Amino acid sequence: MPYDDAELFEYLLRLGDTNVVMAQRLGEWIGHGPILEEDIALANVGLDLLGQGRLWLRYAGEIEARFRGTGRTEDELAFLRDGSGFRNLLLAEQPNGDFAQTMARQFYFDVWHLLLLRALCCSVDQRIAEIAAKAVKEATYHVERSTGWVLRLGDGTDESHTRMQRAVEGLWMYTGEMFAADPLEQELAAAQVIADVRLLREPWLATIRNVLDEATLTLPHGEWMQGAGTRGGKQGVHTEHLGHLLTEMQFLQRAYPGAVW
Amino acid sequence: MSKEWPLWEIFIRSQHGLAHKHVGSLHAPDAEMAIKNARDVYTRRNEGVSIWAARSTDIVASSPNAGESLFEPSNDKVYRHPTFFPMPDEVKYL
Repeated sequence: MPYDDAELFEYLLRLGDTNVVMAQRLGEWIGHGPILEEDIALANVGLDLLGQGRLWLRYAGEIEARFRGTGRTEDELAFLRDGSGFRNLLLAEQPNGDFAQTMARQFYFDVWHLLLLRALCCSVDQRIAEIAAKAVKEATYHVERSTGWVLRLGDGTDESHTRMQRAVEGLWMYTGEMFAADPLEQELAAAQVIADVRLLREPWLATIRNVLDEATLTLPHGEWMQGAGTRGGKQGVHTEHLGHLLTEMQFLQRAYPGAVW
Repeated sequence: MSKEWPLWEIFIRSQHGLAHKHVGSLHAPDAEMAIKNARDVYTRRNEGVSIWAARSTDIVASSPNAGESLFEPSNDKVYRHPTFFPMPDEVKYL
């Protein structure tokens, strides 16, 4: 199956932007964590994701140069695109809320992310395979951590249980997008450049179900999935939250173009 | 009952063959989280290959007041040090 560089570029933005936006959200916890140890841990996870995001965006810029003549740097891509140019999952941009919401978002994402990265290790695109192989180690730890928190909060006090249940339900409608493959992804998957995310849903759901069971939480059953068609974050149609996130994330480069350390 | 998480003492082994060293303490709700938190707090810069965590309350410490009876008796027994033996230059870490 044929695919072109413009499509690969678009897909790499989806990976990179999801990582960067997620990292920005986790960074918002710095100085606000419920306890010092957790503050540092959240920042660590955020930095892992940021590092991965950089690798994806850098590769995206190189691909862009191939079909456009000039490609943007990772910084230009991250700091100088407007919201509609971002291709991250809607789940990633959802606000931190309370600690349970942050952990529910992380848990949904981490389990999916690890499955995806493992599959991307088999990409015929060597660069994708290499980045994925590096990221798998980090993601494995992320899954352990967020799973641990869902278990502890779900099977904890009445209040932590209530909050965790509310969190997994509130974010449920953003999980469908992770497993929606639009024509672009279908084409790249057919060419074995990327994984077919539709195949990840079963194993993802099995893990989510097991953990929620053990955490004495109820698996949400809502059918409606936001952005799971062809108008979601991956196509640049975002929730209202992304703009606010970017305002903060991009402020420095917008106010002082080209500023460096 | 205290709402604070219990305190844990963290020991890190920096490389194979060396002993675990006390690096500090942290709060964690249970043993598993203590290891995870230790990983996040104390091994961010590649400091370790192994982590031990022990509840601070399980550490038995000598009394600060017992210094005289515990340690002073060894003050005047210099012959217990190996410094009387000439060491070859090649032996660096003894």
